[in-house]
Amino acid sequence: MHNKSVAELARELESGKISSVELTREFLDRIKAEDSQYNSFITVTEDQAMADAKAADEQRAAGKAGVWTGVPFAHKDIFCTNGIATTCGSRMLANFVPPYDATVTANFRAAGAVCLGKTNMDEFAMGSSNESSYFGPVTNPWGRSNGEKRVPGGSSGGSAAAIAARLIPAATATDTGGSIRQPAALCGITGLKPTYGRVSRFGMIAFASSLDQGGTMARTAEDNALMLNVMAGVDPQDSTSADRSVPDYTATLNEPLKGLRVGLPKEYFSDQLSPAMEQQVRNAVKEYEKLGAIVKEVSLPHANLAIAAYYVIAPAEASANLSRFDGVRYGYRCENPQDLNDMYTRTRAEGFGGEVKRRILVGTYALSAGYFDAYYLKAQKVRRLIQQDFINAFKDVDVLMSPVSPSPAFVQGEKTSDPVTMYLEDIFTIAVNLAGVPAMSVPAGFVDGLPIGLQIIGNYFDEARLLNAAHQFQQVTDWHQKLPQ
Amino acid sequence: MQWDIVIGLEIHVQLATKTKIFSGSSTAFGAEPNTQASAVDLAMPGTLPVPNEQAFRYAVMFGLAVNADIGRRSVFDRKNYFYPDSPKGYQTTQLDHPIVGPGFVDIDLADGSRKRVRIHHAHLEEDAGKSLHEDFEGMTGIDLNRAGTPLIEIVTEPDLNNAEEAVAFAKKLHSLVSSLGICDGDMSQGSLRFDVNISLKPKGSDTLGTRTETKNLNSFRFMEQAIAHEVDRQMDILEDGGRIVQETRLYNGDRDESRSMRSKEEANDYRYFPCPDLLPVVIDDAFIQSARDLLPELPEARKERFKEQYGLNEYDARLLSDDAGLAAFFEETAKHGKDAKLAANWVLGEFTARMNAEDKTVARAPITGVQLGQLVARIADNTVSSSGAKKVFDALWSGKSTHADDVIEAQGLKQVSDSGALEQMVDEVLAEMPDQVAQYQQETDPKKQKKMLGGFMGPLMKASKGQGNPKLFTEILLKKLNG
Repeated sequence: MHNKSVAELARELESGKISSVELTREFLDRIKAEDSQYNSFITVTEDQAMADAKAADEQRAAGKAGVWTGVPFAHKDIFCTNGIATTCGSRMLANFVPPYDATVTANFRAAGAVCLGKTNMDEFAMGSSNESSYFGPVTNPWGRSNGEKRVPGGSSGGSAAAIAARLIPAATATDTGGSIRQPAALCGITGLKPTYGRVSRFGMIAFASSLDQGGTMARTAEDNALMLNVMAGVDPQDSTSADRSVPDYTATLNEPLKGLRVGLPKEYFSDQLSPAMEQQVRNAVKEYEKLGAIVKEVSLPHANLAIAAYYVIAPAEASANLSRFDGVRYGYRCENPQDLNDMYTRTRAEGFGGEVKRRILVGTYALSAGYFDAYYLKAQKVRRLIQQDFINAFKDVDVLMSPVSPSPAFVQGEKTSDPVTMYLEDIFTIAVNLAGVPAMSVPAGFVDGLPIGLQIIGNYFDEARLLNAAHQFQQVTDWHQKLPQ
Repeated sequence: MQWDIVIGLEIHVQLATKTKIFSGSSTAFGAEPNTQASAVDLAMPGTLPVPNEQAFRYAVMFGLAVNADIGRRSVFDRKNYFYPDSPKGYQTTQLDHPIVGPGFVDIDLADGSRKRVRIHHAHLEEDAGKSLHEDFEGMTGIDLNRAGTPLIEIVTEPDLNNAEEAVAFAKKLHSLVSSLGICDGDMSQGSLRFDVNISLKPKGSDTLGTRTETKNLNSFRFMEQAIAHEVDRQMDILEDGGRIVQETRLYNGDRDESRSMRSKEEANDYRYFPCPDLLPVVIDDAFIQSARDLLPELPEARKERFKEQYGLNEYDARLLSDDAGLAAFFEETAKHGKDAKLAANWVLGEFTARMNAEDKTVARAPITGVQLGQLVARIADNTVSSSGAKKVFDALWSGKSTHADDVIEAQGLKQVSDSGALEQMVDEVLAEMPDQVAQYQQETDPKKQKKMLGGFMGPLMKASKGQGNPKLFTEILLKKLNG
């Protein structure tokens, strides 16, 4: 059963071939047996999951089951779960148990899905390798053949690795600069970052509020559509959520792609991309041509400014968002503070890891008197230019296609000493967050035996078209079905 | 050396919304600590602010009342600083795009002149919580009930030139926000808090001096004292050849002392930037109209109406119109009292004196406008004399009775106004006082005559057991004596 997709599991449950209790048991057993190799979970909620599975079976017996009723899944440990530890991968919140659900969490609960636990992540979602977690790095299920341990990507590395290892069929994730798409690509699964505002951010611990977006991870595009059906929609508790109707994202999966206008941004097929990577991406694009797509080259002229603008705006917002972690009301507090200042200083020095502190410092600097105009204001201007690039591009094409990351999964520790090299992991994903448009990562082949992703970028609120394009691709390819080892 | 005093005010006004500016928690004062603090107010991870529409409407009402431009695109910013009563580590406030733009308020001064005070802007923001230093040995308690209470911070231009003007402005503003119903006006609970910026410059100079800011004054009296204190302090320094340090100061009203809180160098770099959790709020014509529709009659307009409708003079009309509660009380009194001027005299005289003496407010006064009006009506129609009326007022105030007529009846305070009976009494008294009558009639100075008239009133009042209508007695006396 653990190799089946959410859609398939839903059908098995519906047919009565298996109960949610049995299914939940199977996945819990797999996590117990296998996860010591990956460290993809921070918390496994076995008792709660079994109780929820039993309730789901009862609901089904009462004739009140939906698609998700009784289907196991997991949450990235950034979504608050009422009564269950929510750490955000940080020592700061290692003891934090929220008394409320994130809207995303509540939506899955209402849908009857069975949450098995909370997945590992880079601390406060800051990282591209899942090496900054207080709970230890996550190991990619791929590329372990010669004894090496590779990163799963980040920050949603735990969700991606757990799905790739078949410990779970689907998991929530978040994407601020590529944190869904890059780990999805490196782990050979399918992930979607929706349009900014499509999914409520309430209860999703903030990294950079204007960039953060909750999204989906699973093996297939269809499963991503099933997840988005549960997650999308306006939320009165998040005034930045979009008040737009939510389509049934599964309804258009089978639309033919004939005439789909695909743009290839020339800036994303540059020197940073290895010839092998480029070849795989171009092969994937050829599949689309076979399906009837019309491909042309387009330009995103300000693409080269995205990383610089992002690394001003995101840390600036983070520096304020993380001020609430002060040891006063919840979370970590240092031992025996001498006075208020000592409590603040040591709580934050001890509670945050290196990458988080680096970004708080960068952000604080960028907002400081005398530097604000040169950094923050300038970055916001660049951001508007980047948005305009996408708006212009979508006048001529329906979707953009590109690589997700410059290279496949790298070996743990390889980039930790050089933050800038690490930041360049997100060179093809970051502009999407600055513009706020939706984008997916779809398995598109292998380089050196490691999975790589095709990025499909859509116009604002055009998730249905992305899912349709990804699903059709998955009807003619089987990259997303490959198993590690 | 002669100095010009330059004063600007910053006023924090708590808006009387039921719930907080970014959460659904109650704003009621006086609850047990932290019982009105939700996950949003506690800045729990992942929580987000949702703006309270009523706070915006109240701010727009204020803007309309001070003749201000309304910011059509209202943007919130984060003001970053660490303090335990600021749970997010930043205050959500407005910097570059406040909801209320430039406006003005006219104030009336004691010498009868009028002065225009310009409002620089007013912005919406959230209040902080409170630190409780006294209750915990060696530790500080935090009460976040107040955290997130909506405020407007009103910033004036430095248009005020002495303590009297500053206090007149402060009182006017207090009256304005109370009349608008956007603030409960209770200064003892911190509903209005004043920061005073003061600088001195040589008389006539165009260059402003270095200013200090004295923070958190919560009574008019302390404000007046703090200004006097700070002006003296700065004058002493300047006349000794010293320089004023730009700083924030705290004033202790009980001791009439002030101390430096922090200097400009120690001031925080607040690192303001637009709050990414809140989209810009667009204020459209329909919203402004919805606020305009809620505007009650403002003191200025009410004063003019009182002059017109009740024939009051400027002074009485202003005293009666500044406070919405007193104005409503007066109108009830006038309505039931038939005579508006007499009603005004009683409201501003006996009623106000009694309130002040017993430290009561209009809302808590033991007598209603209707009751006072019923008494005024009996004075107006000569049923009771003014001295009798005071006794009636006492009985109503003390709660012994609820209707003037009952008191007049019970205490026998009804005046005799039957002219036949009164004339008989006058005849009898004059017959007993022939010498005085003769004296009066020989006197040619009308002033002395008037004084002598009083000599007959005592015996007359005695004869009538105090119930003769003095006015009628006087009329009859004059008729008889002048033959």
